[in-house]
Amino acid sequence: MNFETIVGLEVHVELKTDTKIFSPAPSHYGAEPNMNIHVTDLAYPGTLPTMNKRAVDFGMKASMALNCEVAKVMNFDRKHYFYPDNPKAYQISQDDRPVGSNGWIEIEVEGKKKKIRIERVHLEEDAGKLTHSDNGYSLVDLNRQGTPLIEIVTEADIRSPEEAYAFLEKLKAIIQYTGVSDVRMEEGSLRCDANISLRPFGQKEFGTKTELKNLNSFNFVRRGIANEVERQEKILLSGGKIVQETRRYDETTGQTVLMRVKGSANDYRFINDPDLSEIHIDQEWMDRVRAEIPELPDARKARYVQELDLPEYDAHVLTLTKEMSDFFDATVSAGADAKLASNWLMGEVSAYLNAEQKELHDTALAPEGLSSMIKLIADGTISSKIAKKVFKELIENGGNAEEIVKAKGLVQISDEGTLRTIITEILDANAQSIEDFKNGKDRAVGFLVGQVMKATKGQANPPLVNKILLEEMNKR
Amino acid sequence: MTLMKKSAAELQQLLHNREVSVKEVTEDSFKQIAKLDGKVQAFLAVTEKEALAKAESLDNEPMDKRGPLFGLPIGIKDNIITKGITTTCASKMLENFVPVYDATVMDKINQAGMVNVGKLNMDEFAMGSTTERSAFKTTHNPWNLNCVPGGSSGGSAAAVAAGEVPFALGTDTGGSVRQPAAFCGVVGMKPTYGRVSRYGLVAFASSLDQIGTITRTVEDNALLLNAISGVDHRDSSSASQQVPDFRAGLTGDIKGLRIAVPKEYLGEGIAEDVKESVLEALKVLESLGATWEEVTLPHSKYASPVYYAIATAEASSNLARFDGIRYGYHPEGAKNLEEIYLRSRAEGFGTEVKKRILYGTYALSADHHEDLYVKAMKVRTLIAQDFAALFEKYDVVIGPSSATTAYEIGGVVQNQLTLYANDVLTVSVNLAGVPAISVPCGLSNGLPVGLQIIGKHFDEALIYKVAHAYEQATDFHTHTPSVGEGNE
Repeated sequence: MNFETIVGLEVHVELKTDTKIFSPAPSHYGAEPNMNIHVTDLAYPGTLPTMNKRAVDFGMKASMALNCEVAKVMNFDRKHYFYPDNPKAYQISQDDRPVGSNGWIEIEVEGKKKKIRIERVHLEEDAGKLTHSDNGYSLVDLNRQGTPLIEIVTEADIRSPEEAYAFLEKLKAIIQYTGVSDVRMEEGSLRCDANISLRPFGQKEFGTKTELKNLNSFNFVRRGIANEVERQEKILLSGGKIVQETRRYDETTGQTVLMRVKGSANDYRFINDPDLSEIHIDQEWMDRVRAEIPELPDARKARYVQELDLPEYDAHVLTLTKEMSDFFDATVSAGADAKLASNWLMGEVSAYLNAEQKELHDTALAPEGLSSMIKLIADGTISSKIAKKVFKELIENGGNAEEIVKAKGLVQISDEGTLRTIITEILDANAQSIEDFKNGKDRAVGFLVGQVMKATKGQANPPLVNKILLEEMNKR
Repeated sequence: MTLMKKSAAELQQLLHNREVSVKEVTEDSFKQIAKLDGKVQAFLAVTEKEALAKAESLDNEPMDKRGPLFGLPIGIKDNIITKGITTTCASKMLENFVPVYDATVMDKINQAGMVNVGKLNMDEFAMGSTTERSAFKTTHNPWNLNCVPGGSSGGSAAAVAAGEVPFALGTDTGGSVRQPAAFCGVVGMKPTYGRVSRYGLVAFASSLDQIGTITRTVEDNALLLNAISGVDHRDSSSASQQVPDFRAGLTGDIKGLRIAVPKEYLGEGIAEDVKESVLEALKVLESLGATWEEVTLPHSKYASPVYYAIATAEASSNLARFDGIRYGYHPEGAKNLEEIYLRSRAEGFGTEVKKRILYGTYALSADHHEDLYVKAMKVRTLIAQDFAALFEKYDVVIGPSSATTAYEIGGVVQNQLTLYANDVLTVSVNLAGVPAISVPCGLSNGLPVGLQIIGKHFDEALIYKVAHAYEQATDFHTHTPSVGEGNE
């Protein structure tokens, strides 16, 4: 590799306020086209924007969580362009006084920690949505028009596709913890564009950049950047020049495709929006918002490692989403062993969620339920095999492990006398297996254990079964 | 004699004594419109059916529930949004536009029990000062039908002056209430920026626009402003300041009033007859116990270019939404998006509007943003500071409302100094955001002259007190034009 990769990201995050940023219309996702609209969203003559203070709160919260300075005085600007998804022919955004500036987040790639600086976080309104039909018409849906957004712009600090991935993963976690957005890429509540350029190692100036759009998942971001780096490298090595242009990532071919060449910069004719007064954030407002920010992923991760003795890896995975992390905390609070809780959440629980395409809140599992099951495993009441049955019941129907165990008669059989009787009967019926065992075929033990489990409907205490089985066989 | 030339107080007395009904008052307005509007051409829409139905229902309201404007007719400038009634801004762009909501001022007019009798002509999108820029008709000055009524609220001023309605709403971005009020010999108030909600006013220049009141007398004007003022959660620029009872302050007592008269307001470009009338008015005010001094507004000489940079910049932004897609003029047979955009704006807007959109787009373009728009915003602050400095020593600032009396329809004001003086007199008030009124202060060759009284922010009460004292000491408000009386 002869070139250093330089990447800057622009990430749009939809804020989940009840109503739109400048109109009283509801702003939730998934309504019938043009149902969530107010005359203001249609840019009806005479209408005026009104500030949704909650959107300002959310912008401040996200800025604080991203270590930004929060503006004490901010205003809104009009950014002009004609397009049918933009009914006023200007978008209300923040140009010179954004809500947040000069922030950073820390990422870790291959064990190396690195700070990615955030240039700015600004509030703005989303545009409507166009659907192009085959008959030559395009349909305009203005439900999304006026949904509050923050745009997060990084400095050109990212040096590889992996760092971009790590940045997005961390950004998503942080934003999600603050509760200001669902940050779901598939619903469009998180969208990412990447600015990519190369320069020879050691050179100070940046090379010509291209902008990459249509990156619909974190993996596509990673692959799209990698492909674009490859493309630019080829051009540079063959003596060519990079053209400043906007490209699109094609998911099927894995290639980036030209969308449009950027001429001179767009002239958006920014103007301070005279319809919206300046917003002054006093200390009280600042303090109130700061108090709403929960413990963020890095702090939690450190706590899990230091106070709960979890491995770094567990702490990282558990803190990727607030929901998982909150669930883990509650499970431990309910009395479960931290490492066992971590194992179950990262293992069985995650496997179930992946298989069923569900999230924790879609299941019946409660932290108290999981905790009660872990406690029964720890004290030997149930085997881990039985636990799987109990778990299935817990995650599908909820409830408490002790009650499930009692109701279904799943208590582990740990009484030596009982087990010895059963084992004796099985050995009597399987003389060939004893023969095999004596001839050094260890497989025979497994078969016999299986027979015991079958006879006890899986309730036999496995270590005890092993122990008694060996004793009894050696006696014969 | 028509009821339309009576004051609100007189009409309330008649209603209270059951000498007339609300329906009869309303019918009288339509009778006057039918008789006069063929000549004056003030109305773009007359809402007879709706108005009479409303009048009948108002007649059932008990007497003790009625405020000072109850049952009285009002005309509305056609850039104020009226639910179910065409709101055209006198533009082909909105020729058939029927809004689905009411402006805040219309809610307030309805709460006051007033009856909207129709929509009034104006310069297209309020851009102009003669009402000749309407896409639909030219309004005539009731004092001399060959003359313009002023503008852009020319329909509003002419309708009140002619006696078609006793009340009208106008809008004032750079003098559009005060100048036509002066030309038509009626009272026109541009309130403090923020006093009246702009929600439902079709924006021209958002940081300058303000809805204003046009009436025959100062007292009526005070009543109407009281009815439409106040903070509105739908307009962030509306002010939460208390709205005093303006009529309560009309005592006639202005002893000790300190008046500033900027020399720029009586200098080059101001017609002699106008200057004489204003100086006469100052003598009247002196006789009532006021004193006046000549002062200077050093930055007023920049008011005109500053106004044009800011107003056109904001207009280019505000009028961008008229794209032929969701409402308004849509060209027949357009084949693609670009053609819809180009043709709806080329065919829907008139020349003056297009000119201002071009100026404004230029003023905001990357290459000129700093030296035009940003610089203009800075000078605007200096102009506002000029006023603030004067109001530390003086109670009101007085000058003419217009450099001349009304001029002929179709005529072009050739004198650059006159054009310039007109801007200095009116637009600096909008740039500073302060309130100002025009009251009749003379007649010259049968045409009215207007006296402008400017106050500090949210001090409309004092402006009304001074205007009222002056009005009561003179008889200009009792003169009415002779249109419709068979001798014009």
